[in-house]
Amino acid sequence: MIATMLAEAWSALIANRLRSALTMLGMIIGVAAVILMLAIGGGVQKQVQESIAGLGSNLLIVTAGSGRQGGIFGGAGTGASLRIDDADAIARLDNVVAAAPSTSVPAQAVAGPANWATNVTGSVPAYFLVNEWTVEDGRIFTDREERAGARVAVLGQTTADKLFGANDPLGQMVRIKGISFTIIGLLEKRGQGFGGQDRDDVIVVPLTTALRLLQGNFFRRSIRTISVSVASAEALDPVTDDINALLRRKHRLRPGDQDDFQVANLTAITDTLTTTTSAISLLLAAIGSISLVVGGIGIMNIMLVSVTERTREIGIRMAIGASRAAVRLQFLLEALMLSLIGCGVGVAVGTGLAMLAGGAVGFATDVTPFAVTIAFAVSASIGIFFGWWPATRAAKLSPIEALRS
Amino acid sequence: MTALLALDAVVKDYASEAGTFRALHGVTVSVEKGEFMAIMGPSGSGKSTLMNIIGCLDTPTDGHYRFEGTDTATLSEGQLARLRNDGIGFVFQQFNLLPRLSALANVALPMVYSGVPRAEREARAQALLASVGLGDKPKSRPSQLSGGQQQRVAVARSLANNPELLLADEPTGALDTKTGIEVLALFRALNEDKGVTVVIVTHDPEVAKATNRVVRIQDGLVFYDGPPTDAALFGHAEVAA
Repeated sequence: MIATMLAEAWSALIANRLRSALTMLGMIIGVAAVILMLAIGGGVQKQVQESIAGLGSNLLIVTAGSGRQGGIFGGAGTGASLRIDDADAIARLDNVVAAAPSTSVPAQAVAGPANWATNVTGSVPAYFLVNEWTVEDGRIFTDREERAGARVAVLGQTTADKLFGANDPLGQMVRIKGISFTIIGLLEKRGQGFGGQDRDDVIVVPLTTALRLLQGNFFRRSIRTISVSVASAEALDPVTDDINALLRRKHRLRPGDQDDFQVANLTAITDTLTTTTSAISLLLAAIGSISLVVGGIGIMNIMLVSVTERTREIGIRMAIGASRAAVRLQFLLEALMLSLIGCGVGVAVGTGLAMLAGGAVGFATDVTPFAVTIAFAVSASIGIFFGWWPATRAAKLSPIEALRS
Repeated sequence: MTALLALDAVVKDYASEAGTFRALHGVTVSVEKGEFMAIMGPSGSGKSTLMNIIGCLDTPTDGHYRFEGTDTATLSEGQLARLRNDGIGFVFQQFNLLPRLSALANVALPMVYSGVPRAEREARAQALLASVGLGDKPKSRPSQLSGGQQQRVAVARSLANNPELLLADEPTGALDTKTGIEVLALFRALNEDKGVTVVIVTHDPEVAKATNRVVRIQDGLVFYDGPPTDAALFGHAEVAA
């Protein structure tokens, strides 16, 4: 019986092709909008997640506390409290994969006729591991070179571009604060950080070299930051506590003394960004849903017209034995069919638009099975919800009056 | 033996703006299985109201209507629909076929509602079309058929679920005389060969004359109940006019 009623519903829609198509258009636009918005929202979310992963996942950053000269605080990282052996001690803590001490000096880099002001980071090979950063060309320096204070440098792409343009920088020399370094590696592109800073505008040299030749405080062995890679996201908090305890002990701080260092992690940023992008996705989907509701009202409108027009048909059906339930089912099926076919076309249109939009804005917009499932579920609900009233009106008709019409 | 239809002092009131209007003033009629009869009356006599009650499309305000001994007042909406489906076959003046459906699908429609499987339904609908002489036109739409052919499709549809009663409302009203006579002959054949009880509601004495019994309704009351004699048919009609 259902199969027959489906066939009848189909023939009823076919009988009014143009009207059915126009009614479906509302659903098509609504569903396409939702699919498109979810795809864009998902794309943005994915983009953000990739950026976060690019910051180095499960990363803790230990910075030195404020330096102080005659009552003037220099701000975070200016103090000399953080030392290389702090990094070694942190590296031995449980759940710590690696700890990379680093320092950073702004300097003018000169290569032949070109020069460029950039930040020169001094660190150890583990720095690249912790930051999940690899070379695109050449190599990074070794532990041995680091300890020996070798005059070698690894360049970020922006710096390489400013100093060498299209030429291959590998094997060339760059002068920093009057000292020549051999370029041994070119780092892969990382893009912008969340502050908008260009993370490719950097030169990385061995820490020992930087302390000895660029910073001039080799013997104090004091550094700016220690980047710590933690085994898992769950271990971030315990490791943070361990580092706090360890450094307070090592720095001989008494209870009540302020920390002379800070431990920061990126989860706060990550959480904020994830929440924000989820909210954006939700907002986009909500905007799409409005057109879906409008489409549903369109279906209700047309079904009401259809019931009025087909009053006589309803009367005939009742006279030959259709129960009210059967009449209601018939009109519900028609509404459902309108909404589901509309949904099917809408998914196709939305997917196409999402692909076009993805190409236009340059990031992946993916239509997930979840979005399609939701679209069909919502469309079915809309078909039933907005079909119910017209169908009930049809079912409530008096057969005598319906026949007389 | 229980009568097929038994109307016992049936009263029907309609609420109108001018107050309550009484269409039937207590009609008592009983129809046995296998009868071939006409209910006659001018327009406004209450015969349409009577037909609606007999067809279970409407219920009496007072009195009882029993179909095969069951008081229809005790039946639910669903049970009444069921009765219209397989107990009663309707034939209308305007044929009332569904224009979108083929002749075959129209005939099969009552069987859709009674849950007959598709293959059986279509075979039976084809046989019914053949029995009314339209075996070669199963795929035709009503609009492609003549009035007489459409009415024969309607008769085939009314027989789909082997009803006890064939209830026809002015079945020849929209047909020319010759076609009308053919349809009446079809009714008589169904009555005599298959034993179907036929009740024809009409204002036309010529139609009533083709039956075995005439019940004349006037002003909501039974005015005459007996054989279709000329005096009964024409004499009183002139009085009424």
